[in-house]
This record gives sequence, structure tokens and C-alpha cells, in this order.
Amino acid sequence: MGKIFLLVLFCIATKAFAVESSLILEEQFPKKLSDFSFFKDNKAQIPSEGVLPYELISSLFSDYSYKQRWVYVPKGMSASFEKDKVLDFPTGSALIKTFYYPIDERDLSLGKKLMETRLLLKKDYGWEAVSYAWNEAQNEAFLKKAGKTIFNEWIDFTGELRSVRYRVPNKNQCKECHTYNDEIMPIGPKARNLNKIFDYTDESINQLTKWIKLDFINEIEMELNTPVNWEDSTYSLDERVRSYLDINCGHCHSSTGGANSTGLYLDLTEVRPKHLGINKKPVATGRGSGGYKYSIFPGKSEESILLHRMISTDPGVMMPESGRSLSHQEAIQMIREWINEMET
Amino acid sequence: MKILVLHLSLLFLSFSINAKQVFLGPSNNSQEEIQEALIDLEPGDILTLKPGEYFFEDGLSLDIDDVIFEGSGIDETILNFENQMSGAQGLLVTSNGVTIRDFAVLDAKGDAIKVIGADGIKMIRLRTEWTGGPKETNGAYGFYPVESKDVLIDGCVAIGASDAGIYVGQSQNIIVKNSIAQYNVAGIEIENSFYADVFDNLTSHNTGGILVFDLPDLPQQGGHHVRVFRNKAINNDTDNFAPEGNIVGEVPRGTGIIIQANSDVEVFDNDIYGNGTVNLSIVTYGYDTEDENYYPHPRSIQIHGNRFGDGGFDPDVGTGELAAILFELSNGNMPDIFWDGILPMNQILFGQPADEKLIIKNNGDATFLTLNPIKFMLPFFDPVERDISEYDGQINPLPPVVLN
Repeated sequence: MGKIFLLVLFCIATKAFAVESSLILEEQFPKKLSDFSFFKDNKAQIPSEGVLPYELISSLFSDYSYKQRWVYVPKGMSASFEKDKVLDFPTGSALIKTFYYPIDERDLSLGKKLMETRLLLKKDYGWEAVSYAWNEAQNEAFLKKAGKTIFNEWIDFTGELRSVRYRVPNKNQCKECHTYNDEIMPIGPKARNLNKIFDYTDESINQLTKWIKLDFINEIEMELNTPVNWEDSTYSLDERVRSYLDINCGHCHSSTGGANSTGLYLDLTEVRPKHLGINKKPVATGRGSGGYKYSIFPGKSEESILLHRMISTDPGVMMPESGRSLSHQEAIQMIREWINEMET
Repeated sequence: MKILVLHLSLLFLSFSINAKQVFLGPSNNSQEEIQEALIDLEPGDILTLKPGEYFFEDGLSLDIDDVIFEGSGIDETILNFENQMSGAQGLLVTSNGVTIRDFAVLDAKGDAIKVIGADGIKMIRLRTEWTGGPKETNGAYGFYPVESKDVLIDGCVAIGASDAGIYVGQSQNIIVKNSIAQYNVAGIEIENSFYADVFDNLTSHNTGGILVFDLPDLPQQGGHHVRVFRNKAINNDTDNFAPEGNIVGEVPRGTGIIIQANSDVEVFDNDIYGNGTVNLSIVTYGYDTEDENYYPHPRSIQIHGNRFGDGGFDPDVGTGELAAILFELSNGNMPDIFWDGILPMNQILFGQPADEKLIIKNNGDATFLTLNPIKFMLPFFDPVERDISEYDGQINPLPPVVLN
């Protein structure tokens, strides 16, 4: 009797610490995030065995929310490297991203409000994207295929109370950004975006080195086109802006993305001035143009459609089309400078 | 034959057993209910919205192949987006083999219905409208299929778009018919597209009625094989209210049909009148471009058997260049049909290939004006030519579009 009890206890214990890998492959999404067991402790977001945290060099702006990312690769398998593309993850992999706001940005120890956890799950036929919204008690997140609106407030760096109408995207909206040649695709985990030091609990080491050590990836090329952290002002303005545009716009605005039909391509590898938007006339922009003639009008940020659409919060005008209800002041300032300094 | 019929009915039976039809009515939670239903559809399913008005704060989207999303009538099922807070369009369709029909999309903050990369899309008896009349703050497009193949727009109504009511861009195999476009900047616009039939439509009270355009620096360009027939492009008299910067912002009030760049365009059996600037224009893309793959001149254009009425009586010289130039050239005696006469230099010197020449035939007593480019370049010559009979020739009908 005691033995059986111990066995049951053991099973519960191991279950709690191991990812439910079969759920990643199942056709139906479970109703609760905890069913996957990505976290040992849901509320504190302590990852389970085999779930590794990671960061990107530059991150997509999502209404000033903070993001924490984890990757899960099934044991014994690894992703393969593809230059300038997202790593080719094996079936059964998962990318996990929790969006949250600190209660007070000046003192992170005051805690945080979890908003949603988005999952990208690699099925045998490709990626699926879905989001789970956190409950009030912050101990469980529930499947929200049709999305959800959450009103939240937080205190920012300057001590100002900020508020946001935060949208958890619906399943189709996930795909609006996560599209590569009409297939769902992650955006962040390209080798070039991971090429930075990360503080793991046991060591401080380049993420790519760590991933190789853990067999998450098998090999990488040395030449990576690594972007810069757009917030790091030791880099040139041009590098910072191109890195920002790449991670915020380039997944859609590329010849393989959803905004392919616009001819405006903002990914890091684009070099043709016209396709970068310089003196490029709008195509099917409608009132998104704001009455301006060019995407980027060198020397004149105030007459550049690109900046106009970054500033706007009108859903019929703003860019990106989803995932934003506030404007990103710091980036606007940077891009304003970049366009104004551009040679005419 | 009997066997075939039996076979087909069996196929239909098995299809309908698996498929389901979901009915929804208006509620306080329409956003989530309808969006979730759209996500949960499976191929073969039908989602039916009962009569009533449905309100949304976010856009709707459909990404399942081979489904029908329908309402209960163009005036009965209203999708109202006046309170929209997020989403760049009212309804977005991104999957293949979709039919949407019998509802209206009102006051979307951006485009009303956008369809991207969706082959076999059928839009039937739908209405897109901005209810506050023509305004710069209205969304750009009513119907906006782009990068799609086999596009059908049938029996639709588009009102108040600040760019084009019905806009088909970078697509192939297109039919736009039996539709009405009014109080838009452009009524119907076919842009950078291949094989389009536009017929039995009414375009009136727009800035411009029907536009067939081609623009550079895009993944698909070199628009060709467009037939525009049995339409009414009449009384287009709304001031241009497009935000500046957009190509349609250059269209003067009172233009019936404009063909810009493109090859193999056949315009026949249309009623074209009441357009205060010019009933029909054939023009070159007017900006410099470094795009080497782009051909800016219209070629192989055939205009025949149309019925022209009054036009050019109120030229909108303040918008774009077309009206002002034409007004000056014609001394105020505006033609029904205008061709800018611009050709590549080698063709100016050595002539156009025979099969690329403009043909104008059997258009009643329609008047014509074009420019002779050589005389235009020389001093002391009047470049204006008005002899329409110079353009008479053999009509080579284009084949009809067949949707797959």
C-alpha cells in the first residue's frame, strides 16, 4: 500500500516537472495552459525541466509590455540552422512567450501582472499559433482562440500611471504577423537574433553556445548578419533603426511576408532604397498615407508615411496593424532623427 | 450519364453529412462569438448570421478553406464597425475556396473587406459602406482582394470608400459584375492584374468610374487582358476626397474610365456620360521610375461600340494634372476620348508595332483628342490631333475570363 502511494506520489511529482510533450502534437489545444506543464510553478513562471529561457537582441514593441521567452525542444532532437531565417525546429518543439506588465517599472520587486502566454507549437505539418489569457488570480491561463481585451494599468519609469487597452490576439491575428510564404512561422528565433550573452542560473554565456551545448541546434555559420540592440546608443543610428524595423516590421514587410504586395520591405537584408521606402510612393495605403507622398521622405520625417503610421493609434492608419494600441515614443524619436538626418 | 449523376449526388451527400451549418444572431458578445465560430469552421461548413445588426470593436478574420460565411441579406445582416478600436479592416479573408455573401460591412476604420492570397474567393451580394458620405477619413477600400486567383465579385454594392469601392490588386482571373459603386473616389479599380472581366456594373457619383491601372515597384506588374463592357460609367461627379499621396488622389472629379499603362484592354458596349472632366482617358504612368521591369505606356487598347453622352462640361482642373492639361490643350473643348500619345522614343521615331496600336471604332459621334509627340517636341506646331478615324481598325476580341 505504502509503495503504491509512493509510486503515485512519484508519478505526480515527475508529471509536474516534465513537459506534456504529447499535447504539443495534438490537434485540439487544451483549455488550460498548465496542461502543457511548461512551468513548474505557473504563477511564478518557473520553467519545467528542458524548458530554456531566451532573449532576443531587439524585441517587437507590444504596448510597452514586457516579454519572457522560453524554448522547448524534444529530447534527442535539434533544430537546424538556416541563415537569416528562423531556425528549423523539430516537430514537437514549442516557443513560449509570456506578456506582462510590472506593477511599477521603478521597482520590479513589487511584482507583475501576467497578461497572456502565446505558444507556437511545431506540429508534424508545421507551426500553430495560439494564445492563453491569464486569469485575475494569476494562477492559470485559459485558451482564447477568439482573442480578448484586457484593460491594465501600470506605473512607468517616470512614476506616471499608464493605462492600456491590451488585445490578446485571436488565432488568425497570430498568423497576420507570423507568416512566411503563407505558412505560420516564428519571428524571433533566428540565429542572428539570439547571438548575445544570457544570464542562465548556472552560467553567463552566449545563447547560441548554450543551445549548441544542449543540442538544441546542431551547427551554425559564423557570419550571421547580427542585428544590434536598438536601445543601445553606442551603435550607429542606422544600425539601430534597421534592427528595430527588422524585428518590428520585417516579418510582414518582406518579399515572403504578409505585406509582400506593398513593395515596402523592411527586413535587415533589404538594400534597395526604393523598397526600403525611400521616396517610395504609397500603393494601396488609403488614408494610411496621411496625405504624404512617400514612405520615407529623406530629411522630412514629418512628411514620411512610415513615421506617420508609427505615431498613429487609429486602427485604419497605424502600423503594425495589430498588437499595438499605444505609440512607441522612444522608437518614434529615433526614427524621426534617422529620417531627418538622411541625405536628400 | 446516369452513372455520373448518381456519382455526383453521392459525392454531394457525403459532403453534406460531414459539413455543418452554424447559425448565430446578434448579441452583446458578437465579437467573440462570431470570431470563434469563424476559427472553428471546418472545410465544407457554413456560418450563417441571422438578420440584425452586429457590433464589433476589433476586426473579424477568416482563415479556413472551402467555407461559406453568409448573412441573411444585404440590408438584413449588418456588421457594424463604427466602434472599432483595433484591426486594420472589418473582415479579413486569407484562405482559399471561400464564399462570403448576403451581408453588409459598415463604417470599418480601415478597409471594409480585405482578401489576401485567397484563391477562389467569391463575394456575392455584399455591401460595404461608410455611412457618413464621402470623407477623407473613410476607409480606403470597400472590396479589396489582393494577390488572389479566381476572384468573383457579383451583385455587390460599394459606397463611400476614400480610395476605391471595388479594388482588385495584383490578382489573376477576375470577374466583377452586376455591382454598384457610388460615392467612392474610384468606383471600380483593377490594378496590376491579369485577366479581368468587368461587366454589367453601375459606377456613378464617384470621382472616377472605372480605373484600369498599373504601378511600378510591385511583386506583380504589367497588368494585361482586361475587358470592360456593358457597364454604365455615368455622372461621376464627386470631388476627389482621397488623402494625398495615393495614386487615385490624382484623379479629377468627373472621369468615366481611365486606362493607365496595361496592355490588351478592351472597352466595349458601355454607356459613358455625365462625366464633367472626360469620359474616357488612356494615359501613361506619369512619374519617373527606376524599375526596369515596368512598362509605363498603355498598349493594345481597343475601344469600340460604346455609347458616349455629354462629358467634359465641368473639368476639375484643380485635381492632378489630367484635367488641367486637357483643358489647356483643347481650349476648353474637351473630348470624349483622350489619349496622351506618349510613347517610348524608338516608337515615336519608328512607329508603334501594329498589334500595339490604339483602336477606336464604332463609338457613335464620340469626340477624340490626342497629342502628336513629335509636334509636341518642336516649336510652332500644334500637337493636338482630333481625327478619330485615324484609329479605326480591326477589332481582335479578347477571350472571356473563365474562373476555375
